[in-house]
Amino acid sequence: MTEHSSPLTFDTSWQYAPAPESADHISLKSRYGLFIDGKFRKPRSGKYFDTINPANEEKLAEVAEADAADVEAAVKAARRAYDKYWSKLKPAERGKYVYRIARMIQEKAREFAVIESLDGGKPIRESKSVDIPLAAAHFFYYAGWADKLAYAFPGRDPRPLGVAGQIIPWNFPLLMAAWKLAPALACGNTVLLKPAETTPLTALKLAELIQEADLPPGVVNILTGAGETGAAIVRQPGIDKIAFTGSTEVGKIIQKAVAGTHKKLTLELGGKAANIVLEDAPIDQAVEGIVNGIYFNQGHVCCAGSRLFVQEGVAGEVIQKLKTRMQTLIVGDPLDKNTDIGAINSRTQLETIESYLKIGQEEGASMYQPAYPLPEKGYWCRPTLFTDTAQSHRITQEEIFGPVLAVQTFRTLEEVVAKANNTPYGLSAGVWTDKGAKIFGLTQQLRAGVIWANTYNKFDPTAPFGGYKESGFGREGGLHGLEAYLQL
Amino acid sequence: MIQALSINRVPIDEVGVQERAARLASRSIKKASKVEALRLALSMIDLTTLSGQDTPGKVKQLCYKASHLHDHLPGLPRVAAVCVYPTQVATARKALEGTGVLTASVATAFPSGQAPLKVKLEDTRFAVEEGAQEVDMVISRGKFLQGRYREVFDEIVAVKEACGKAHLKVILETGELSTLDNVRMASDLAMHAGADFIKTSTGKISPAATLPVTLVMLEAIRDFYLQTGKKVGMKPAGGISAAKQSIQYLVMLRETLGQDWLNKDLFRFGASRLANDILMQIEKQQTGVYSSADYFSLD
Repeated sequence: MTEHSSPLTFDTSWQYAPAPESADHISLKSRYGLFIDGKFRKPRSGKYFDTINPANEEKLAEVAEADAADVEAAVKAARRAYDKYWSKLKPAERGKYVYRIARMIQEKAREFAVIESLDGGKPIRESKSVDIPLAAAHFFYYAGWADKLAYAFPGRDPRPLGVAGQIIPWNFPLLMAAWKLAPALACGNTVLLKPAETTPLTALKLAELIQEADLPPGVVNILTGAGETGAAIVRQPGIDKIAFTGSTEVGKIIQKAVAGTHKKLTLELGGKAANIVLEDAPIDQAVEGIVNGIYFNQGHVCCAGSRLFVQEGVAGEVIQKLKTRMQTLIVGDPLDKNTDIGAINSRTQLETIESYLKIGQEEGASMYQPAYPLPEKGYWCRPTLFTDTAQSHRITQEEIFGPVLAVQTFRTLEEVVAKANNTPYGLSAGVWTDKGAKIFGLTQQLRAGVIWANTYNKFDPTAPFGGYKESGFGREGGLHGLEAYLQL
Repeated sequence: MIQALSINRVPIDEVGVQERAARLASRSIKKASKVEALRLALSMIDLTTLSGQDTPGKVKQLCYKASHLHDHLPGLPRVAAVCVYPTQVATARKALEGTGVLTASVATAFPSGQAPLKVKLEDTRFAVEEGAQEVDMVISRGKFLQGRYREVFDEIVAVKEACGKAHLKVILETGELSTLDNVRMASDLAMHAGADFIKTSTGKISPAATLPVTLVMLEAIRDFYLQTGKKVGMKPAGGISAAKQSIQYLVMLRETLGQDWLNKDLFRFGASRLANDILMQIEKQQTGVYSSADYFSLD
């Protein structure tokens, strides 16, 4: 498309007034202990750390830092609960508990959504429409499997593993807790869960909910802390299974630590997904999918479509439309109902992203960011587009985990398959074309665990999710998600 | 590529369009921003009566309402136009004289368009001679669905010529076009043929205007502008009766085409009941309470 005219102006005389979601209805304690054996306890070390709101850098609460002694106490509680109640319970009764958690998340959805946005910085629109409903959906889905495991694996004898240690990231705090807890509990395991240190609050609210749901004490234990706490969980000999979602770097350390032990392991790690737009694609919807693929949750998404491949015939049009579309994204207060892009989760993550912006420019790529102003306090990054990039650039090779898109062009399908697969990762990919045959042709050749066609970042508890290569192993979601928590 | 027309078929993904439209509809517009949007929407209304029962008496009442929407609220804008059948144009034009409200007429064998071109052109010329400043024509949907695009295109060109100085709005009747691919195709065809506005519906077929259809048409307008530099207007019509809906359309307009289209020269609502609901909402914003519908005139 050749451009003859002056561009469109989105700095309009009619503006949207602030539309903040009320936070009056939430209840947060000023200090949270460790949830062990059905009760909140003080950490043995007496140490606490602050969790802050990344949108204004204000402290939200203090949370306990668990050390190896706390982890040991939690493992003992989990083992006792496994031996005494959980492994003896009829599967249908187990299912009832899981259903109860699902229903209670739905009942408290509004409070969970607000706390998720306060603690993590994500737009309230996303917490309300994605994170919390999907978390409830995962519990509902796996609750149904609890008494049907024999039918899921006919001819085999599915049994629980015992005590599972689960370590989750900060990008979808409650949802990742649900992905881990729901299948583990439904399969009859007891659990020790560690939320990320920057986003512990919805997991702690979930601990309160689990108390209220009257789960037998020790079936779920929730321990807050940073990397050291995670390492203590991985080292604990009383744990039968480690499930980790997070960076590839930490995943490798965990795999080494677990090697030679009896512990089973599943890892869901990083990604650098190729989002591929062919010249016969529905362009306006593809642009929307590109935006959703990379700017959803500030790009803090392991399956984010962070590498865009556009066929040369439509590259000019796609990039022009993408830039136009980026001008109408609303960046700011995560609690404002109109916010599209919220705050970056932490100062550390912001520094990482900013270092990549610098690297990209030094590598010779052209950077585009819309010009709108950002709030003064808090951690913010404008949605960013890099063009003139190459496979040899670090910004196209490394996972940035921020709202940064690297665009490359291609000519033939062979070329794009080769480039898309030319990465250490293999978590996800996207394909945009009006031709069904091309979708099937490409999905056969792309080495990625999840491939979306003419859409992006769609999640459902019935669909397995997981990666190839350095994106990890094991699947979460669907029937496949059960296998990770069963002896078959 | 359509034979002898340089119009490419642009594929549209219906699921993607619906998602985007739903997302735009979820914008939360409050307080001053809401009042501003409501006043803007009011100024964009083509107040419409298109009924077999229409008489000069009914049309005169509607025209008075057009410039006296609700005199209890000072400083309200006027609606943009009054839209009637060709036989009522003279009455409307006279009644609207000096008000700044334009007279629009449907034409070309509205609403079906099932008449020979000769008759359609005669219908158009009659409306313009009677004083219509804007003409709302219908395309031949039957021919379009047969793939006879050239004929549909030529008809629009001929009607545009018959309009003379009057502005031409081309009604696609999207409820009869079946797919969004067809909506996009018809939009492109109408704009290339000389439409000043493209319009969703006659209001006689269900579904009439919807947000997904409007989004596809607004994106066609944007692409046409970027290719040619010509700004074509948009008119969703039929089925928009609530103030809240009108705000959703304005949000979509603002985020698709931006500042230049946020005025009555390039955006209209074809509606008969919308005005009163907007008036009720504006009064509520000022007084804090809703009045009964009986406080707003039914013309």
